[in-house]
Amino acid sequence: MNWSWEIFFSYVTNGLMLQGAWTTVWLSVISMALGLGLGVLAAMMKMYGNRTLRWTAEFYIWLFRGTPVLIQLVIIYTGLPQLGIRLTVIESAILGLALNEGAYLAEIIRSGIMSVDKGQTDASRAVGMTWRQRMWLVILPQATRTIIPPLGNQFNGMLKTTSLASVISMEELMRMAQMLAQTQFRVLEAYTCAALWYLILVSIWSVIQVRIEARYEKPFGPDEAVSFDAKKARRAAFRKSKPVKEA
Amino acid sequence: MTVEQDQELPPRPSDTRTLGDPIVMIENVQKSFGDNHVLKDVSLSVRKGEVVVICGRSGSGKSTLLRCIDQLESIDGGTIRAAGHLMGFREANGKRVALRDSQIAKQQRDLGMVFQNFNLFPHVSVIENITMAPVRILKRNVAEVREEARALLRRVGLPDKENAYPRQLSGGQQQRVAIARALAMKPQVMLFDEPTSALDPEMISEVLDVMVDLSTQGMTMIVVTHEMGFARAAADRVILMHDGQVVEEAPPEKFFTNPESEHTTLFLSKILHH
Ligand SMILES: Nc1ncnc2c1ncn2[C@@H]1O[C@H](COP(=O)(O)OP(=O)(O)O)[C@@H](O)[C@H]1O
Ligand SMILES: [Mg+2]
Repeated sequence: MNWSWEIFFSYVTNGLMLQGAWTTVWLSVISMALGLGLGVLAAMMKMYGNRTLRWTAEFYIWLFRGTPVLIQLVIIYTGLPQLGIRLTVIESAILGLALNEGAYLAEIIRSGIMSVDKGQTDASRAVGMTWRQRMWLVILPQATRTIIPPLGNQFNGMLKTTSLASVISMEELMRMAQMLAQTQFRVLEAYTCAALWYLILVSIWSVIQVRIEARYEKPFGPDEAVSFDAKKARRAAFRKSKPVKEA
Repeated sequence: MTVEQDQELPPRPSDTRTLGDPIVMIENVQKSFGDNHVLKDVSLSVRKGEVVVICGRSGSGKSTLLRCIDQLESIDGGTIRAAGHLMGFREANGKRVALRDSQIAKQQRDLGMVFQNFNLFPHVSVIENITMAPVRILKRNVAEVREEARALLRRVGLPDKENAYPRQLSGGQQQRVAIARALAMKPQVMLFDEPTSALDPEMISEVLDVMVDLSTQGMTMIVVTHEMGFARAAADRVILMHDGQVVEEAPPEKFFTNPESEHTTLFLSKILHH
């Protein structure tokens, strides 16, 4: 057997690894944020746009959901220069990941918006809100509840998908593990260490995710607010449970 | 409907308001959903301060008519003038040009609408439901609008509910908040689409009381309802719609005792005998 705990632990706290883990985190956050923007835009274009906008959004979603992220990244970084478009590694990684993410988020956001009761649109139009006002003030705040849980899962995926950016030499966790593996030929320790770091990051995210979801699962309004129907049911139950007074 | 016909209508016994000029004028309106011809040449005129009750069996086009007046649906033919607007259009040297969404929104601000299912905004408190539009759309002063909102809550009998959320309220309370929300925009006309149909029986009167109160204060109201008690107490005119057409239009006394259309007789026999 040729496994060294000593080397493994030295890798876990190795400067390159720590740097890679940090890069994975910010790359995920930035790509997710941009992807969210693209997703909202694509969802809006698909739901409310004219024919051209709708078809543009459809095409974008179809294209990026239908091809591997790996190919998207390689085309952006090594293919586009052929057309005179030169992007840095970081720019390419962010662009590729964000475009890919946006295509998935567009569908999630669309179903979130569609989950809001049609009566909300009627009511906000009836008081005279423009499209922008009712989206911003009425529809999106309610759609958020439906969107949050799948959004959290997408971010979990994003943390791991960033590893693909290593092929365009983005220096995140995976790339750092490759570099360590190549210098000392401790391949198993290096990649196991990277795997451990992904587990740590994903676990931390899970804890955060649970908290966010708990917050958004609660009905609208203050904690102590008990719904009228619940109160009514409780009162009815209480009345039933009361012993009948004897005459 | 011509003004001459209007003058034949006796004033309501309950009050001495004088009705003003027509404020809603609906002429030959057509509306179809696909092959379903829902409004067939509907014409109707409502004067300022008048209360018009519309009834008719389910599917006769009552909701669609109200939604067309408020431009929640666009019309296929005819004209609707309300609160001084040519709803959904603007006139440019004799031609009608369809308005954009944001311009229609401006027209809608002068009409209030109350829905069967209340449709309060569940994510904000009662007072924010009322102040949202005046503050965020009309950009009015927050403190001033809040004061008005509190006055409206008192008016609908819910002075202590400003910080409650819609889900904490009963149906009757939600509907009264919905009325306050519509009134906060100071509309010239209020449209009600079966405002009590979704309510438990014991809550119907609290909503109707608010509406009667509103009518005696001179609000122009078009009310789709099957509450014939409300029609008797507050309506200047009762209208029966049947299959996308106005088939009866009469003051309540005449409507209930001596209707002209067989559809009205049939409708009344159904609604009064159960
Ligand atoms: N948004 C819509 N799309 C298609 N058909 C509709 C729509 N709204 C109403 N209708 C149809 O129009 C007819 C009249 O409906 P409605 O105006 O709601 O009647 P009422 O309010 O008198 O019960 C019905 O046949 C209904 O199915
Ligand atoms: Mg209806």
